This record gives sequence, C-alpha cells and structure tokens, in this order.
Amino acid sequence: MTILYLILFLLGAGLVACLAERLNVNAPRWISLLAFIAATIWTGAIWLGGVDPATGFYVVGELSWIPSLGINVILKVDGLSLVLVGLTTLLGIIAVVSSWSEISTNRGFFQFNILWVMAGVVGVFCAYDLFLFFFFWEVMLIPMYFLIAIWGHEDRSYAAMKFFLFTQVSGLLMLVAIIALVWLNYEATGVITFSYDELLNHEVSGTVASLLMLGFFIAFITKLPSVPVHTWLPDAHTQAPTAGSVILAGILLKTGGYGLIRFTVPLFEEASRDFAFVAMLLGVISILYGGYMAYSQSDFKRLVAYSSIAHMGFILVGVYAFNELGMQGAIVTMIAHGFSTAALFMMAGSLQERLHTREMSQMGGLWVKAPRMGAMTMFFVIASVGMPGLGNFIGEFLVLIGAFKVNVPLTVLATIGIVVAAVYGLSLMQRSFQGTPNPQVAAMEDFGFREISVYAIMIVALVWIGVYPQHVLDLAQPTLDALGVAL
Amino acid sequence: MLWLVPALPLLGSVVLLCTEGRLPKMVVAVVGSGSVGLAAICALYVGMNVVGTGEWQYTETLWTWMAVGDFNPSITLYLDGLALVMTGVITGVGFLIHLYATGYMWEEEGYSRFFAYMNLFVFAMLMLVLGDNLLTLFLGWEGVGLCSYLLIGFFHTDPANGYAARKAFVVTRVGDTLMALGLFLLFREIGTLEIQAALEGATATWPEGSGINTAICLLLLGGAVGKSAQVPLQTWLPDAMAGPTPVSALIHAATMVTAGVYLIARMQDMFLLPGPAMHWVAFVGLVTLFISAFTALVQTDIKRILAFSTMSQIGYMFLALGVGAWSAGIFHLMTHAFFKALLFLASGSVILALHHEQDIFKMGGLWNKLKIPFVSMLIGSLALAALPGTSGFFSKDAILLTAYNEASYGMLFWIGAVGAAFMTSLYTTRMILITFFGEVKTEPHDHSRINMWGPLLVLCALSIGGGWLGFMVLAPYMGDGGVAVEFHAELIALLTLGVPLLGVLIGYLIWGNHAISIDKFAASNLGERLRQFFFGGWGFDWTYDRVFVNPFVRLAQVNKSDFVDLMFTSIASLTTAIHLLVKQTQTGQLRWYATNMVVGLLVVVLIVIVQA
Repeated sequence: MTILYLILFLLGAGLVACLAERLNVNAPRWISLLAFIAATIWTGAIWLGGVDPATGFYVVGELSWIPSLGINVILKVDGLSLVLVGLTTLLGIIAVVSSWSEISTNRGFFQFNILWVMAGVVGVFCAYDLFLFFFFWEVMLIPMYFLIAIWGHEDRSYAAMKFFLFTQVSGLLMLVAIIALVWLNYEATGVITFSYDELLNHEVSGTVASLLMLGFFIAFITKLPSVPVHTWLPDAHTQAPTAGSVILAGILLKTGGYGLIRFTVPLFEEASRDFAFVAMLLGVISILYGGYMAYSQSDFKRLVAYSSIAHMGFILVGVYAFNELGMQGAIVTMIAHGFSTAALFMMAGSLQERLHTREMSQMGGLWVKAPRMGAMTMFFVIASVGMPGLGNFIGEFLVLIGAFKVNVPLTVLATIGIVVAAVYGLSLMQRSFQGTPNPQVAAMEDFGFREISVYAIMIVALVWIGVYPQHVLDLAQPTLDALGVAL
Repeated sequence: MLWLVPALPLLGSVVLLCTEGRLPKMVVAVVGSGSVGLAAICALYVGMNVVGTGEWQYTETLWTWMAVGDFNPSITLYLDGLALVMTGVITGVGFLIHLYATGYMWEEEGYSRFFAYMNLFVFAMLMLVLGDNLLTLFLGWEGVGLCSYLLIGFFHTDPANGYAARKAFVVTRVGDTLMALGLFLLFREIGTLEIQAALEGATATWPEGSGINTAICLLLLGGAVGKSAQVPLQTWLPDAMAGPTPVSALIHAATMVTAGVYLIARMQDMFLLPGPAMHWVAFVGLVTLFISAFTALVQTDIKRILAFSTMSQIGYMFLALGVGAWSAGIFHLMTHAFFKALLFLASGSVILALHHEQDIFKMGGLWNKLKIPFVSMLIGSLALAALPGTSGFFSKDAILLTAYNEASYGMLFWIGAVGAAFMTSLYTTRMILITFFGEVKTEPHDHSRINMWGPLLVLCALSIGGGWLGFMVLAPYMGDGGVAVEFHAELIALLTLGVPLLGVLIGYLIWGNHAISIDKFAASNLGERLRQFFFGGWGFDWTYDRVFVNPFVRLAQVNKSDFVDLMFTSIASLTTAIHLLVKQTQTGQLRWYATNMVVGLLVVVLIVIVQA
C-alpha cells in the first residue's frame, strides 16, 4: 500500500499547503518543498527495498473500490514505474524551487495545484486498473489547467483552454476505448473487470483491435505530443508559469510515452505491430518538423517547447521499433529529456523574471552580465543537442540504433534531426547569451546559491545517465521482459 | 594507469570550470598547462612500458558504458602504435601549445574559461584516439567538435565569431551524422562496435568485399571528411580561424582536424577489403589538396593562408591513406602537427606584436624586428614546402612516391600532388616574403616571454628533426613496413624532390626581387575573376548558402506560426461562424418565431405526405 500512501501524502500536503497560506504567505512553498523532498526520499527507499521476489514488483497495493463494476484500486510499482515516479518527485522539488519567488498571488492554491498534479502523475505511473488510470489521467489535467489559467502569462486563458480541450477530447477517445475493451472482455468471459492484468490476457484482433488501439494511441500521442496533434503544446508551455512548464515538459509529456509502452503496445500488440510504420513515421515527422519549427521561433520558451516535440519524436520511433534497443532508448530519452528541458524552461523563467520578456530579440550578449546563467544554458543546450557523455545522447543513440534494424530510410531521416537540433540549439544560445550585449539590458542579477544547487542536481543526473545509464536500463529491463513486447 | 592520460586534462577542466575564474591567473596557467604536461608524462611512461613488452598493444577496460541486449559497449582504452603516435602528438604538441597560450592569452578576458575548454578538448581528443570502441571514439569525436565550437566562439561578444563557431559545429555534424549511420550499419551487420572485433568480423564476413562494407567505409569517410575539413565539407575551417590563435594551432591544425585521418587509418582493414572505398579516399584527398593550394595562394589573412594550407596538407594525408601508404599518412600527420603548430604559434606572435593585425599586406619588414617568430615561421615554412632535410620533406616525399606507384590512377595522383606541392612552396614563399620583408608598414611591439618563445624553439627543432624521429621511432610501430619507399623511377624521384625548390625560386622571382611581374595579369578581367573564385574557396560557400542555408531560413520565417494549427483553429472559427449564423434567427420578434413555426410545420407535413 506504500504507493497509495505516497499519493495520499501528496494530496494531503496540497491541502495543508493551501490552508497554511493564512498563517504565513511563505509557508506553502516550504510545505510543498519538504513534501517533495520527503516523497523523493520515500521513492529512494522503495528502490533500496528491492523487488519482492514473490510478485516481481517493488510495491503492490490493492483495495476494493466499486466491486459491482469490477473497478479496484490496484497500484503496482515495477522498475519502469519506479524510475518515472522518481523523476516525478525530483522534478517536484525543481518545480517548487524554480517558482520560489515568481508567484505572488494565491500562493497556497498554487502549491496545492502543483502537489495535486504530481499526485495524479504518480497515480498514472502506478495504476493497474484502467478505470483508476483514467481517473488519475483526469486528476493531473484539472490542476494543470488552473496553473496555466491563473498564474500564466499574457495569453493564459486561450492557452489553458486549448490545453484542456486537446487533452479532454483525446482522453474521451481513450475512455471509449477502455469501455469497449472491458465490454468485449465481458462478452468473452462473462466477467466485468477493469483490471489491467486481466485485460492483458484478453486477445482482441481485427479491425476492432485497430480502432481500440487508435483510441489509446491518439490520447497518448496528444500528450506526448506528436505532429499533428502537437499544437496545444507551444501555447501551453509558453503561457504557463515556470513551475507549470517544468512539470509539463518534464513529466506530463512522459505520461504519453509511458502510456504507449504500458498500455497501447501490450494490450493491442498485433494491431500495434501493423501500425508501427505509421507511428514511426509520425515520430520522424515530429523530429524534423519540431526541430524546424523550433528554429523559426523568436520566443525563448516557444523554441524550447518546439524542441520538446522533436525530442518526443524519438520516443515514438523507439517504442515502435519493437526491439529492446529502441524501447530502452525511448525510456532513457524520457528521463534525460525530463531534466534537460526542465532546466531550459527554468532558464526561460529566470530570464523573464529579470528581463520581463521572452523575446530573444530583446536579449543578446547576456553572458557578459550573467556568466553563470550563460554557462548553465550552454550545458543544457549541449545536452539536448545530444552530446555523448550526457543522458540525452544515450537515449537517442539507442533509439536510432534500434530503429535502424527495422527501417533504414526512417532512421536516416530521424538521424538528420540531430543536425537540426544543433541548428536550433546553438541559435538559441547565440540569440540569448552570445553576440553583442544588448544595450537595453542594463544589469542582470546572476544565479545565486538556490538556483545553482537546483541546476547542480540536474547536471549530476544528466552526467550520471550519460556516463553510466545502467541503473535506468536495469530498472526498465524487467518491465520490458514481462511485457514481452520488445523482441 | 592509461586512464590517467585522459583523466588529468578532464580534471583540469573540471577544476577550472567549477572555480568560475576565481583562481589567480598564475594558478590557472599552472593547472591548465600542467594537467596536459602531466598527461604527456603519463603517456610517455605507459608508452615505454607497452613498447617494452614487445607486443605494442595494451588494453584497459574501465567500465561497461551500457548493456542492452547484445549491445554492450564498454569504456575501454586501447593503446597501439597508431594510438601512441596520436597520443604523443596530442599531449606533447598540446602541452607546448598550452604553454604558449599561457602567455598569449594573458591579457584576455576569460583566462580560466579558455584553459577549461582547452583541457576539455585534450580530454575529448584523447578519448577519440584511445577509445577501443567506435562509440567511445564517437564520444571523443563529438566532444572535440563541441570544444572546437566553444573555442572558435571564445570571444563571444562578436556575432561573427558566433557565426563561425556555429558553422563549424553544424557542418561537421553533417559528417558526424553520416558517421553515426555508418556505426548503425556496422552494428546491424557485424553486431559489435568494438573496433578490433569489428575489423576481424568484417574481414571474415566479406573477404571478397561487399557493397555493405563499401557503404560503411563511405559513411565513415563522410564523418572523416567533415571533421578533417575535406571537400565537400571543408567550408567551416577557414571561418574557424575566428578562434584565438593557440586554438587554431591545437585544434584546427595539429590535432582535431586530423581525426578523420586517424579514423580511416584505424579502420584500415575494412577499407582494404575489395571495393572502391580506397579510391574515394584518395580522390577526396586529391581534390582537396589541389583546390585549397590554389585558394591559399590568393588569401591576404595570414591565418586563412595557414588554414587553407592545413586543408591541403590533410588532403595529402587522405591521398596517402587512399593509396595504402598508411604509415606515410600518419607520418605526415605527425610532422604536419609539428610544423603547422609552429607556423600558427609564430604567426600568433606576429599578430600579437602588431595588435591583432592579420592582413599580410599590412605587415612587412618584420624579419629583424621579430627575430624568433621570423626564424620559427621560416623553419615551419621550409617544412611545409617540403624542402629537403626538413621533416615535411620526408613525409611528403613518401606520400608522393607511393601515390605514383598506385596501380590504377598513380600517374594522376602524382601529377595532382606534385602540382599542389609546387603551389605549396609558391604560397609559402609569398607569405614569408610579404610578411617579413619589404618595407615596414606597422611597427611591432614584441612582448613575448619565455613561455611563448620556448615552445616555438622546441617546435622548430621538431620541425627539422621530426623526420628522423619518424624513421627511428615511428617505423617499427606502425605495422606496415615503415616509411621506406622504393624509388622506382629516377626521374620521378628527382621531380618530386625538385618541384618544391622550383616553387620557392619562382616565388622569389615574383615577390622577392620582382623579376617576374604578375600585376598585369592580376589586373586583367580574367585574373580578377580567377582571384575572386579562388579567394572565395571555389564557390562552395556560395552554393551551400543558396541551396541549403537560405531556403531553410526563409522557410522558417514563413511558417513561424505553425500551419498545422490551422487545422484546429479552423474548427474553432467554424464553430464561431455557425454560431453567428444561427444567432441571426434569434430576433426576439414574436411574428418571426410564429412564421418560422408555421413554415416548419408545413415542411414536416409535406415530408409526411411525400413519404406516404
């Protein structure tokens, strides 16, 4: 039950943070920070606790919920879930610190939303009941909507509504697919159940399988996102407050990738294999189109947002390569991208706080004024460009070497994406921190201890994954073996 | 123990980065150059031991980088003759350049950051040559590219430097992408990226040669061409001269740009399998050495002359590899590292003394004012022009004669290479005469210290004596019969020997005592056009800008707001439009509603009647 307690703990901390604002305006952020630190340690303890040999999971928890409909609270943590939960709680710390001084209104409610999103995400990563999964899927949506709509920038209501509609409509498709799947299983076995393990045993085939698969697929690639359903992302990321962008890019996008690996592919293996080419093609288009769109942006945050689309393309390519290398690459990419992009969004937030703009034409030569910020940006740009020795390279290289075994032309196109990444990444660096110092920027406060220590966490994480990714790979491997999809 | 060699510069870099420039300059200088110096000592020690065992091979596995299924590359260092030569050049010449840079960069801002990047570069370059696995090699390969980018754009407040840096990174990355594809293909076919195992696998799998082997070789060649600035990916190197001069000496002359040569030499077993790969290598080298020799002749910026000359000399190395003269190619790599580093550092001293003036036509008469730079430059030039007795002579001579002996295109290779050798001595003579002789145009202020002229003197010695080093030290460890070449035809040998001398003579007649005048030709229409054509590097930049860069930039401007979004915003606009349309029916007038009800009713009745 540990994991349920962890979720309840985050939800409870949210309530406390919300109420604590009345006592002290600074209390909510401290409560939130401590809650995430505790949750991170908690996750670490689960990791150290090791796999229970009887079940093959780190933690298993079951609780009856709506027995008449076969709906139960089933939460399990295997290696893949664990590594993603770890990323979630760690990014929680980073999100709170990144918005430490940014928020001046409704601070309690702000922290409440952050904690509730993260609780929803943890639920998504651990749910083994499709109804419960859908429940958590929605739980993470609403607070995120509030984060954008209340604390966002100038165009926040448009962006928040767009984010909500895209997620909601695609989520609806998934709900229909879930119910249809349960119904088919009921017809075949006479048992109503939403249990993932039960449904996994039920073979669906033919056109029905393809349709249901698409229901899940569309929901997940909207979240991921992939071209052509990506257009909510640049708006949402750009308008969200810094913590919102960090959470969105760092972790919410990964629920899409996780969903593909955990649900779409195993539940509809046959149909997914038939669909693999299209999915990989979408991935490749995302890589190239996202990269090209990133280059054409003049808004710092929007550029990073489009670069996320490009990086998420690698996840589609990797998952649908249907081999170990590709899958593992996709998982490593999820983790590494979580850190590298969160860092760049934080940077965008810090710049906006100091310059009150995100337009790169208003920047230029900032390195002279804030060398630490420049150096940090350089590091994370380099990471996201795919420099060997840092995490993103491992992910992308594994994806590509896996995909090459399956489809050479698509892999060649995806590899070209690496050149495009260099083009937009370095252009970001040039337009903001290098070049002639912008005379309109008088002075700019450089990073202090608080920022540097958060960035240090992310640097260590990326170097660790880049130099010795085996921890992540070993955690994910049993999951892939158990799913049996990566063969 | 071998791991210390790359680890020391890495440590130096980390220390310098983490202290954020708070260390005193003196400490930075000691850490920055000391770490490379210690690495050189370690390399020497390990190298002696390895040679002492008589096997000339030494492997040191550090850890398994990653293991996914049957893909389990490890971080393993591998030292053999080839790697030893490269390590020696990187740490040895690298140390001298670092030492020089402690003086050269003294007045500049970002002293600590400079040495942090330089040390990081040395680390990456060592990983490149010591990596036992193509993935480790790729780590170094990308790492040196990164450091090259950082150091070209070191003075980052000038947008031109940033442009040059990005151009270098992106253009070489095109090559890197080809190389990555080569690795994917190799792994798919052979199942490993470990170099020795892959070479064995390839020779066992395709003893008769195969299209796949050729494809892999050509993809690797693509990577080599990018990194080593060969046609058609050579355009970044001249612009890379925007970096500080020690950077040009270390990265863009002595080490990084020769990585492509190293890669092909390392993978020679695959290139030797039957197939056209070798000829491709040779032709790439031939075309580059020829084109850039002509381009160097008309440049006015001293560093750009040297840059084109570097491209040209690496072209010779590629030619050597392509005709199977492996050790001659590597030999030339080594001697080139000596004399080209010398030339760059000496030119750096000249540039510094003239307050960052790089145009040779604004120099002149410096020979008795800047004595050490002049002597260094002269010795470097003699070696570059391959005059007898210098190190460049031995290595280039070996290449030319082997090229002549090549079975299918030997004569063509030889004519091209000898022609370019003539051009080499011509432009070298021009550079020396215009820079150091004639009237004084700018008064120099020499403020070089021992840490600057010391390295110059050592490199002078190496530029002259390096050839003997090659014969005595290098030959036994290179594996393929050393550098001794049979002199097939007396005449060919004589011409090969004599052509550079002829170049010097004609160069002297033109720019020395002005016995031959080229002013008339230069002023003519044809002459001017030729000059512009050569000056712009044979139109490669011009073409690439129009074919790749401009369309991409324009396309990016057109679609800034993402046309895919229209798909969704049009749903929104459609809904709004329908809403506005239907809204018109809501007038609030009773008679309008009554009329509508009646009309509606009539329509329903009509439908019922028709149906019945």
